[in-house]
Amino acid sequence: MSVTIGLLLSLSFVVSIAALAFLIWAIANHQLSATQDNAYTIFTPGEAGAPDDAAFEGEPDTAHGEHHFDVERAGIDKISRLPVLVLLTGAVFWLILGSVFGLTASLKLHWPDWLSGEAALTFGRVRTLHLNLVIYGWLSLAGIGVVMWIVPRIFHTALKYPKLPIIGAGLWNLGVLAGALAIASGWTDGEEWLEIPWQIDIVLAVAGSFFVVPIVATAVARNVHHIYVSGWYFLAALCWFPVLFVIANFPFIHSGVEEATVNWWFAHNVLGLWLTPLGVGAAYYFIPKIIGKPIYSYSLSLLGFWGLALFYSQVGIHHLIGGPVPTWVATLSIVHSVMMFVPVIAVAVNQHVTVARNWWAVRQSVPLRFISLGAVLYTAASFQGSIEALRTVNTVTHFTQYTVGHAHLGAYGFVSFIMFGAIYHMMPRLTGRQWPWPGLLNVHFWFVVVGFAIYFVALTVGGVFQGLAMLDITRPFAYSVTLLMPYLEARSIGGSLMTVGHLVFAFNIVAMLVMKPADAQRPPAPASTAPATES
Amino acid sequence: MNRLLPLSIVALGILAFATLMLVVVPGMQIRSQSPSPGLLPYTQAELRGREQYVSLGCLYCHSQQPRASDQAPDDQRGWGRASVASDYVYDQPHQLGTMRTGPDLLNVGARLPSQAWHLTHLLQPRAIFDWSIMPAYPFLFEQKPAAEPGDVVVALPPGYAAQNGVFVASQQALDLVTYLQGLDRTYPALPDAVRDDGYAEPDDEGRKP
Repeated sequence: MSVTIGLLLSLSFVVSIAALAFLIWAIANHQLSATQDNAYTIFTPGEAGAPDDAAFEGEPDTAHGEHHFDVERAGIDKISRLPVLVLLTGAVFWLILGSVFGLTASLKLHWPDWLSGEAALTFGRVRTLHLNLVIYGWLSLAGIGVVMWIVPRIFHTALKYPKLPIIGAGLWNLGVLAGALAIASGWTDGEEWLEIPWQIDIVLAVAGSFFVVPIVATAVARNVHHIYVSGWYFLAALCWFPVLFVIANFPFIHSGVEEATVNWWFAHNVLGLWLTPLGVGAAYYFIPKIIGKPIYSYSLSLLGFWGLALFYSQVGIHHLIGGPVPTWVATLSIVHSVMMFVPVIAVAVNQHVTVARNWWAVRQSVPLRFISLGAVLYTAASFQGSIEALRTVNTVTHFTQYTVGHAHLGAYGFVSFIMFGAIYHMMPRLTGRQWPWPGLLNVHFWFVVVGFAIYFVALTVGGVFQGLAMLDITRPFAYSVTLLMPYLEARSIGGSLMTVGHLVFAFNIVAMLVMKPADAQRPPAPASTAPATES
Repeated sequence: MNRLLPLSIVALGILAFATLMLVVVPGMQIRSQSPSPGLLPYTQAELRGREQYVSLGCLYCHSQQPRASDQAPDDQRGWGRASVASDYVYDQPHQLGTMRTGPDLLNVGARLPSQAWHLTHLLQPRAIFDWSIMPAYPFLFEQKPAAEPGDVVVALPPGYAAQNGVFVASQQALDLVTYLQGLDRTYPALPDAVRDDGYAEPDDEGRKP
């Protein structure tokens, strides 16, 4: 057995390393075209050097003036406008509902007799509702909305079949609602991240194809030669997630530990091959776009992308370290978790250096502040995840609130912050209106930053103490529960601040949407419907 | 990076490779094992109880996978020996869990065999442990003026007892307790059984078990 294990481990590792070496060779010899010139794909000629931010504060010239180069793109944005708005509105609705369930679940951990009278409101269901609503409702819809807006822009091609995503959004919202009702009523498939019953998953899968088809068709019909780095992430994510979702939800195939490996192969890939590419791809577009300068090193972004694909896809079983799985597969996932340092550092160098060299933009632009903080937290969450997978660390943090803190650093600090910034950047361009109260963007920012800092520190510190207590046989199990109480209470305080921030966010968006056009200070978008083309 | 098709094919190829390594090969290895001798299929009542366990989300606070003594004192806490893959062949959906807000439950039936204890604990955990943060499950019980023939009355300490009448367990509560009582994998595991031995101390010749 040990020979087989050794062979399998080495095979996987050698294949990944060989692929990485090939990639570096290919970049060095220009076999893969990704020159710094390609980084300018996001700009129209003459546009580079001009910051692009409708929400800049305190600068009347940029705040209220038309951004010159948007005119050339208006024909493209106009086609994507309605689908993107529909997707984002749904996303924000699920964020609010998901936050309410998240906060409820948090409070129930220290007020265990609160709302205990109804099965639908028991902790096990409220927590599950929170996860499913924020992952499939908020993050997936927001991510697809962002993709739907960026893809036509980087391909200089109007969105194909723009009615399909609207139908898809309707179906997807129905699917998420049905899934939530199912979970609340106790009908669940019973595995983490896969709770929505497979019958309802069919609706989500069909809805998903209504998103994939227009985006792929737009990519095929593109008017640019080069696919910009955001496009790699988005197109790969749109290949990966449907495959993951259908395979993992296919019923009656697996049971027992085999099912557990499928479960965590899926669950970690939802983060690694779905939410992460959406977030990183969005950051790769918005950071240089808002600043008006291309990213620091375009070739490096190739390493970040392929490294993510090679290593992130095999980390899932680190959720089962010390469990009833083969030793080699746990070790394999640990090794790949550590290898994630490679692509993460590549992305970090690219994005953080670009931001750091243009710090003035972070001070002026709230959207960029959200996005660049999200990018920093991607680096932080990934480093933390690599270290957390090490056996010596994992033995303390596994089965504790530390893991919950880490999950939120990734899904919230990283992906959600980038989505907040992306939506704040996109909305004025989607509606042709200004933010009614630009100061409230900043209020949102500080509520969620302070709230999340409290949340994360509480669960991280509390989780370590909880883990150490469970490893200490001189302490009764009860000790690990009682010691956690102040940390759980702090988490509820942090979570409340985050929820208030989300309400401000939703208020900003609703205010912009319902505001009478006469109140809008921004001139309406140009009437031209001809898509801008450029080769 | 100018072409769509190669990008998609390589991306999907990498995912297929990951699936082979994380799902297919471990799956073949796990399937090659026969069920642990001593492991019995669930009874109908246990399966109904297991449905309650799944539907109420017990998984989110309770794991079902004791760790090895080389790694953690799970066995010393009375949670049982390190579990192996062939202990779970009848579990669908699996309930291995990733959180221990409460203790591991894979062998709860062996350490807490009393139906009365479980019913009291489900109706009001704090009637037994003042430190517990487990939710109470009053909706699995019915308050009646007096017990009828066939009713299972829940014992409660003073201060928690019903103001008028008694609490009676519903069929769901009884099934759930039957499942919990049946959770007992204290039989010995086979020596070549599959589990993560990554924390095991090497023997004198430097080999791990």
